[in-house]
Amino acid sequence: MRIVVGKGSCGIAAGANKVSDSALEYIRSKGLDIEVGVTGCIGMCYLEPIVDVFSDDGTKTTYVEVNAENIKEIIDCELEGKRCDKYIISEEDAEILSKQTRIALRNCGIIDPENIEAYMAKGGYTAIEKCIKDMTPEEVIDEIKVSGLAGRGGAGFPTWFKWNAARNSKGNKKYTICNADEGDPGAFMDRAVIEGDPHTLIEGMLVGAYAMGSDEGVVYVRAEYPLAIVRLTNAIEQARAKGFLGKNIFGSSFNFDLRIKAGAGAFVCGEETALIASLEGERGMPRLKPPFPAEKGFWQKPSNINNVETYANVPWIIVNGGKTYSAMGTENSKGTKVFALTGKIRKGGLVEIPMGAKIKDVIYGVGGGIKNDKAFKAVQMGGPSGGCIPAELIDTIIDYKSLAATGAIMGSGGMVVMDETTCMVDMARFFLDFTCKESCGKCAPCRLGTKRMLEILTRITDGKGKDGDIELLEHLANQIKNASLCGLGQTAPNPVLTTLKYFRNEYEDHIYNHKCTAHQCANLITYDIDAEACRGCTLCARNCPVNAITGAVKQAHVIDTDKCIKCGKCITSCKFDAVKKI
Amino acid sequence: MTCRENCIMLSAAALEKEGIDVHMIDHVMDKYASTKGSLITILQAAQEAYGYLSIELLNYIALKTGVKPAKVLGVATFYAQFRLQPVGKYLIMLCQGTACHVNGSEAIEAAVLEELGVKEGETTPDGLFTLNNVACLGCCSLSPVMMINGETYGKLTPAEAKKIIADIRKKEAENS
Repeated sequence: MRIVVGKGSCGIAAGANKVSDSALEYIRSKGLDIEVGVTGCIGMCYLEPIVDVFSDDGTKTTYVEVNAENIKEIIDCELEGKRCDKYIISEEDAEILSKQTRIALRNCGIIDPENIEAYMAKGGYTAIEKCIKDMTPEEVIDEIKVSGLAGRGGAGFPTWFKWNAARNSKGNKKYTICNADEGDPGAFMDRAVIEGDPHTLIEGMLVGAYAMGSDEGVVYVRAEYPLAIVRLTNAIEQARAKGFLGKNIFGSSFNFDLRIKAGAGAFVCGEETALIASLEGERGMPRLKPPFPAEKGFWQKPSNINNVETYANVPWIIVNGGKTYSAMGTENSKGTKVFALTGKIRKGGLVEIPMGAKIKDVIYGVGGGIKNDKAFKAVQMGGPSGGCIPAELIDTIIDYKSLAATGAIMGSGGMVVMDETTCMVDMARFFLDFTCKESCGKCAPCRLGTKRMLEILTRITDGKGKDGDIELLEHLANQIKNASLCGLGQTAPNPVLTTLKYFRNEYEDHIYNHKCTAHQCANLITYDIDAEACRGCTLCARNCPVNAITGAVKQAHVIDTDKCIKCGKCITSCKFDAVKKI
Repeated sequence: MTCRENCIMLSAAALEKEGIDVHMIDHVMDKYASTKGSLITILQAAQEAYGYLSIELLNYIALKTGVKPAKVLGVATFYAQFRLQPVGKYLIMLCQGTACHVNGSEAIEAAVLEELGVKEGETTPDGLFTLNNVACLGCCSLSPVMMINGETYGKLTPAEAKKIIADIRKKEAENS
């Protein structure tokens, strides 16, 4: 019998370490011979901690929402040759995996990310072997061209084109860089790939380096991902020990080595020229293009920068062929894409689906619909650079072109689902607050413009919006888009523009009717107690920090709206749903 | 002794008076002396060793590496990771990502602020807690989330967030 505990960051946050410690302790105390292993994130974050138990005949049973106590019960059951039914994953949840096509995530949550042998047992490092032994660098680039693989970090630029440009740039020294500075709030697929299958990233970079003629690589990892840094460091050492990194790889003249650079927390460093500046130890401020990095990048040498997910697809493409990859997807977008499904969704987590699926398939198919059966309002895609796609466009096909047509973007794959209780003006304010803080300050339109937009949005959500504010927002948005140097500024107004496009009535309600229909903006709502529903339990009155609630025991209570500070404590404390926001 | 060496010595002596042992990062700077572009890595190591980057420490790093002090300060103030003020024993990182926002992180923030009695970025007078807002911790499915000294707490409610802090405070009071 073997126990495998899912230990991605989210699994650990949900208590996976406590589960494995408890299991080890129990096994020791009983003098049992059971191995406790580790794997990465399978993507079903809402069920963490997840534990797989392999019985001696090889059958696997998946247990979900395991804790330090019931793991002992599970071990006892399994020892008797039985299954511990009450903790087993439901059929409905188990089906989530079969609804996906996992390429970038093919090993995540399956193999031990801390052991190179586990990756090799799944065919790992055969892609780079095939490249070196059977393919010329040009053939590798052609294969990637056939696959139609495009940059998964957001821009969707054809990968082969960048590789080819770097290959054709003059110079002996070329750099292969991986952008793992996943700054988009709401996206965590890069983290999951590095934590769950770090060798696929290393192998993808090896293939890229071979194709471009590069001998040095750097992975720029977000500092907020300490576990990813640990696992990748370990993987690099193991790959070096096996001779996959270093000199004369597979006995050829191809040399390549890799190191990690921890980022220091700046969203703008996801922009490739800013990332290069940061790698060079400077403030991460974007540079003018051209020259493009393929020509003059890191230390002015030809450099190629791809995102983690992009590289993670490469070994699979080399082994299975570019045609197999391009058979999936749509006319303009090939292969699969990983999405981080979060927000007001029942089954949040990481999903990988072929391009061409509908948004509806992801939210209601894989994601199981909206939490608490509320009404679906919009999905935010592409993070601070993207936009909100409204419920009426739920049949939109997921590919680069169709998403761009809505005003949102594919981005790195963050999908934040919103329901009727989400205020769209507040969402726009949230994103502008983010981009305003993260603007590097180089270009005035972005530095000052996002600040002015944020002020207007704050004013509107505070109930002090003025006639003309909407038009002023639109004017500023277009100026910022047109006059900023890098992607951050050029896309920063998108969350405002898309919410204005689809939810203009909410802006108007805030400004002209002093109403927030989602009941989120404190200054535009009042709290009221439904006299019929109130049982007079006095709980709300006792919890109110400003003594705004009065009423006798077993009598309906009343809120003094002049005193009320709208903290919401009465709502959370009421057991009869008698307190309402109006 | 050259003028620069003299300056380094004086700076090290000043730091030692503040109780900062420069030897803890000297080897890091020696290791990266020949690798250009290592300033961020050195600052990360320094913060790891001392908890924060004081102006005197930044000055010392500038002298040792030969990078201009203005540039060292420029880099240290550009990135969110670097702190120029000391932090409390427990660093609370409150996630402000999109998923956390949608799932009510503002109420969590209000509860934490109330429990601590300080503003974002500040440290409690007893030196126990520092509160920092961070962009995204990448545990979106557990939102709303906060991280205290590397440990993540997910699916928070305002009451739970308060209790977590109160429990730490109680544990500290018992130990002291």
